[in-house]
Amino acid sequence: MIQYAIRRLLWMVAVLFGVMTIIFFISRVIPADPVAALLGPQAPPEVIERLKAKWDLDKPLWNQYGIFLWRAVQGDLGVAISTNRPVTSDLAQFFPPTFELATSAFLVSLLVGILLGVISATRRGKLADHVSRVVALVGISMPVFWVGLLLLLLFYYVLHWLPGGGQLPFYMAAPTRVTGLMTVDSLLAGQPDIFVEAVRHLVLPTVVVSFYGIAVISRITRSSMLDALGEDYVRTARGKGLRENRVVLRHALRNALLPVITTCGIVYARTLEGAVIAETIFSWPGLGRYATNAFLAVDFPAVVGATGFIALMFAGTNLVVDLSYALVNPRIRYT
Amino acid sequence: MNKSSYVLDAWRHMRRNPTTVVGLVIIACFVVMAALGPSVSPHDPLRTNAIGKLQAPSSLHPFGTDQLGRDILSRVLYGARISLWVALLAPTVAGLIGITLGLTAGYLGGKVDNVIMRITDMFMAFPQLILAMAISAALGPNLQNAIVAVALTEWTFFARLSRSRAIEVREEEFIEAARAMGAGRLRILFCHVLPVSVSVLIVQLTLAMGTSIRTAASLGFLGLGAQPPSPEWGVMITAGRNYLPGQWWVSTFPGIAIFFVILGFNLLGDGIRDVLDPRLRK
Repeated sequence: MIQYAIRRLLWMVAVLFGVMTIIFFISRVIPADPVAALLGPQAPPEVIERLKAKWDLDKPLWNQYGIFLWRAVQGDLGVAISTNRPVTSDLAQFFPPTFELATSAFLVSLLVGILLGVISATRRGKLADHVSRVVALVGISMPVFWVGLLLLLLFYYVLHWLPGGGQLPFYMAAPTRVTGLMTVDSLLAGQPDIFVEAVRHLVLPTVVVSFYGIAVISRITRSSMLDALGEDYVRTARGKGLRENRVVLRHALRNALLPVITTCGIVYARTLEGAVIAETIFSWPGLGRYATNAFLAVDFPAVVGATGFIALMFAGTNLVVDLSYALVNPRIRYT
Repeated sequence: MNKSSYVLDAWRHMRRNPTTVVGLVIIACFVVMAALGPSVSPHDPLRTNAIGKLQAPSSLHPFGTDQLGRDILSRVLYGARISLWVALLAPTVAGLIGITLGLTAGYLGGKVDNVIMRITDMFMAFPQLILAMAISAALGPNLQNAIVAVALTEWTFFARLSRSRAIEVREEEFIEAARAMGAGRLRILFCHVLPVSVSVLIVQLTLAMGTSIRTAASLGFLGLGAQPPSPEWGVMITAGRNYLPGQWWVSTFPGIAIFFVILGFNLLGDGIRDVLDPRLRK
């Protein structure tokens, strides 16, 4: 198992190296002249030259690539043009809100998805099954940005049940920053009123982002539950007189969860994508909004940093998914 | 079984599955909208009207007008054409790149396989939308570049799929036979391996059409795809954001259009999968 973990970890490092290479080439090679793109056509030549020298753009490409990699390894991603701060400190500021949103959405996807899947499978062909199938189809087909706007319209503008954006109401000061996660920090600071508000602000974006995951996970759970319920060991469990709940939850579901674990990687990727869009809709001060603004402003250091970091989050999740899969399924470890 | 009876058989199965038929109908409507849209749309999608701004849906403007007084129905109809382009072009380009690389990797194996698949892994290390955003931003945000960006994020699925098919059939007897008859590698790849992989690839292609529309519209929504005044659906929705809740129709109607088209492709893709995979037939 440890050997497998080390192999996967090394592989992740290699992939990240490739990722940084792809981002480097996307950001430095495709645009004809990044400095001109940034400064506009009327910039005086000496300003352009100075900026080029500052960003090492006057050096040959391979040299630039070497400098870029060397600095990235040391944790130096340059200075973001739009915020005029080191990209790493920007990332440290904007990552926790995204992590908070993506994680809560991911957990909701898992819980609700598995629950819907089990209900569907045990009531196959009945109303509950059809309803969950429709929910899944709608969840897969609705683009995040549209679900976001519809729910905003309903729950914020029409019903006034939930706040329309941000992490806290404007009149509330954020608690002392410890983890950067608003819900955790407010509890650590012993301020339950802020915690309640933080959760209220988290609800809508979480629901919006988790839609897709709920759809995918409920479908996978349903089909693998149906397979498991047809197995001999389930019949045996029923045969020895166990209650149906126990058969379903302890015997069938345990085995049915294996394929669910493998889909977690793709679901998490889509959760991150959803978070990027939801952050724009809900003015959520996270990495996705930071990345989107960096892309729109052609802010290369920020683009490289944010994209690389999102890829790192994704690779890390995939590693966890693979390891947990290997942990529950011994056959994987030896192949 | 001869070819026509196979097709007929598939059609019969498809017809029996109501959701597939619904998908097919939605996509047919979408294609008709895209084809006839410009000739049936009541107004010019780009003509602004300062007096008729943000009008609620009425008999003159069934979907209302937007912040510049443009008729939203006409814009949705023209937008269908843009989305159809995206649905046709991006998966085709992605398919060409992915299938060529995947078949080559799977059939040749060894070093070639290793290199191609490692590159595929690198591309798959990004969430799709993030990579598309980066490519689109670097190329300069517009519709064409958004299509390129979508294609460059989707080819990996085709590559993986066709590689695994190529590996499956590589050792089959009919490939052996073709090799014995002196067929070259290219001929074997495209005349023998590709045809037996077509069914899985068609399913992937159909599903990719829906995903492409969604990704391109997401790019448009974020400002990294098609640009105003283009009647691209994502661009229209983002414009309508500023007019919620009073003028809900500005972003609602293009949203409904996107939803139904993606739903159509998903239903159709699932349906085709059931039909083409005999194991799933009951």
